[in-house]
Amino acid sequence: MAAETRPVPLVLPRRARVRIRGGGLSTLVFLIPLLLVFGVFSWIPIGRAVVMSFQETNLVTPSTFVGLQNFRDVLADPLLWTAVKNTLYFAFLALLFGYPVPLVAAVLMSEVRRFKSLYSALAYLPVVIPPVVAVLLWKFFYDAGPTGVFNTILGYVGIGPVSWLQDSASVMPSLVLEATWAAAGGTVIIYLAALTGVSTDLYEAAEIDRASIWRKVWHVTMPQLRGVLLITFILQIVGTAQVFLEPFLFTDGGPANSTTTLLLLIYNYAFANSLGGEYGMATALSIMLAVVLGLLSVLYFRLTRGWSKS
Amino acid sequence: MKSLTAAALVVAVGLTACSSTDAGKQATSTGPVTVKVARDPGLDKGAIAAFDQRVAQFEKANPGIDIVPQEYNWTATTFTAQLAGGTLPDVFTVPFTDGRGLIERKQIADISGLVGGLPYASKFNANVAKAGQAEDGKMWAVPIAAYGQALHYNRTLFKQAGLDPDKPPATWDEVRTDAKQIADKTGKAGYAELTTDNTGGWILTTLDYAFGGRTEKLDSDKATAELDTPEMTAVLQQLKDMRWTDNSMGSNFLYDWNGINQAFASGQVGMYVSGGGNYGSLVTQNALKPVDYGVTVLPLMDKPDAGVLGGGTLATVSAKSDDAVKAAAVKWIDFYYLKKLTDKDAAVLDAKTTAASKQPVGAPQLPVFDRATYDESLQWVASYVNVPQQQLKPYTDKMFDQQLVTEPVRSTQEVYKLLDPVVQAVLTKKDADIADLLKKADAEAQALLDRN
Repeated sequence: MAAETRPVPLVLPRRARVRIRGGGLSTLVFLIPLLLVFGVFSWIPIGRAVVMSFQETNLVTPSTFVGLQNFRDVLADPLLWTAVKNTLYFAFLALLFGYPVPLVAAVLMSEVRRFKSLYSALAYLPVVIPPVVAVLLWKFFYDAGPTGVFNTILGYVGIGPVSWLQDSASVMPSLVLEATWAAAGGTVIIYLAALTGVSTDLYEAAEIDRASIWRKVWHVTMPQLRGVLLITFILQIVGTAQVFLEPFLFTDGGPANSTTTLLLLIYNYAFANSLGGEYGMATALSIMLAVVLGLLSVLYFRLTRGWSKS
Repeated sequence: MKSLTAAALVVAVGLTACSSTDAGKQATSTGPVTVKVARDPGLDKGAIAAFDQRVAQFEKANPGIDIVPQEYNWTATTFTAQLAGGTLPDVFTVPFTDGRGLIERKQIADISGLVGGLPYASKFNANVAKAGQAEDGKMWAVPIAAYGQALHYNRTLFKQAGLDPDKPPATWDEVRTDAKQIADKTGKAGYAELTTDNTGGWILTTLDYAFGGRTEKLDSDKATAELDTPEMTAVLQQLKDMRWTDNSMGSNFLYDWNGINQAFASGQVGMYVSGGGNYGSLVTQNALKPVDYGVTVLPLMDKPDAGVLGGGTLATVSAKSDDAVKAAAVKWIDFYYLKKLTDKDAAVLDAKTTAASKQPVGAPQLPVFDRATYDESLQWVASYVNVPQQQLKPYTDKMFDQQLVTEPVRSTQEVYKLLDPVVQAVLTKKDADIADLLKKADAEAQALLDRN
């Protein structure tokens, strides 16, 4: 245990010292609750996970150190590459559909004059619905029989029935559709807020120059939103790389592993075998994913450092 | 009995009065014992009422023990999380396949001493008892129910399809033709298959046994995977034909246990394979209309090795329990699960309580003890039986005639898990290559067996 909590003291004093210089003892006192909460619920578990990735353990009997064996086991698992492929596919589809949709919605909504708050409320509503409830609801929509909700609607125009979740070709787009619906509202609100920050002078100047609406969007709105767009882009990538809820609840990774994502694989390592799972492998893969995403974010911010300044 | 002082008093002096100072002293060591016990989730009101009444009866007979029901059922993907997180109740149930592993890893409490003291401890059916015993024969986990797989069918859909519900299919060819007829005439799934949460592998193994195969060969200590076999190929071919040639398996191919029970109870599925004792959960958790229900023995191929996969449920006690909780937990296991199988008064009390809440009494099960005890226990409760016995006859008449084969012993759930995508692939990809799927699954299973 002593070894496992080591990362925490490394972090605490340094932060504390900085704060003390800035504001004295009272700052530290105010900081303590936050540090404790972060320490107990974030840093200790993260530290323990790092340690566990080098161990073989069933959480009951004492654990033994196995060096890099867990990492080797994970890399040798053929399912890992399926999961990587599926996760990238999900991220790609989510980027393709999930990224532009909120932007377009926000731009359109900022243009309308009447019932503006109604539209933003409607856009945000899916975010309010608990994610599990949303997925269970969509399971009904996605019923593959001709009597399923979506298939009934499509049937009116002579399409279908579509297999939705029951076919490895259509299952991933189906998950992305639901995920986009569920998450778009939050991003729309961010864009709407950013749009109010765009100076109306710029639009007026564009109007004097007789710019069309598309030119206004392209030459005024987009450059003004650049900073926000860059942030939401990386947040989207990091978020979709950790997709778990949809494949877990919709398909449990099926059909035939076509929606087994990295996080679902991590979960399966740890929990799918009812007799004490491979917690070491699960934490090893978690750490590899965290490192990759961390590096990706650093790289991204380096590359785009100059772009966000307008 | 929930009052702390009252319970402490009672326990402290063994049902006689005593001074309050004594009670205070004793309370810290023996105290009132609170035991959290598993109760099926999603039960209807009547079933919960029946359960609560059983709890009240137990608490009356055992002053000093406070029973707290906690919703729990075993599923492969949540059990380990609960075990690791310490959120399991003190008394919980696991399938036979998990018994030996949990015992070896000491993840459950050793209650063998307490179990040994029960009057019927030596009477367990030897095969059944094995599931709950450690290597040295000590019983750490108590078998409370045993099942053999059966073919459940919807009598109403059979009638609508022009089939005779009293003549359910007896061969796999008949299963196929009946399924097609149901699908064609009613638009519902003629036959559906469990595929997720390890149940895909569970049912695939069941069908493999029924076709005369085995998925694993044990030679002293060495286990060999036997997935790439003619029997398994025939099973998958049968499913493939039903799915793609006949289109008689409906449109949902991602069923877990709850999902398929729901679909069946709501009349969406003509036939499916699951444990023979499923009637209870279909009624209490999924609002099955009894009139719809039919069950028959699993069709077996005409091969010497063809048999019915059988398993069962073990009651276990949390490894974290102290001695007092262990003792109380075993009393609960005795009272709630087992006494009714061996003791007339207990059987009648259980049946009476259950029947009074309009819950099913008399659903078929395989005996945990010997056949004679089982038959006798059925006699005791005969007047309370409220399940549609006539509809269960195709199963109950023949269930003892079939060869019962236990589930694979090594890495059972892990092998089931890797068979899930195999059956999913056959049901969702028209061009799925059965030979290739089995070859890969066999290699993966062998790697698992070698590693463990």
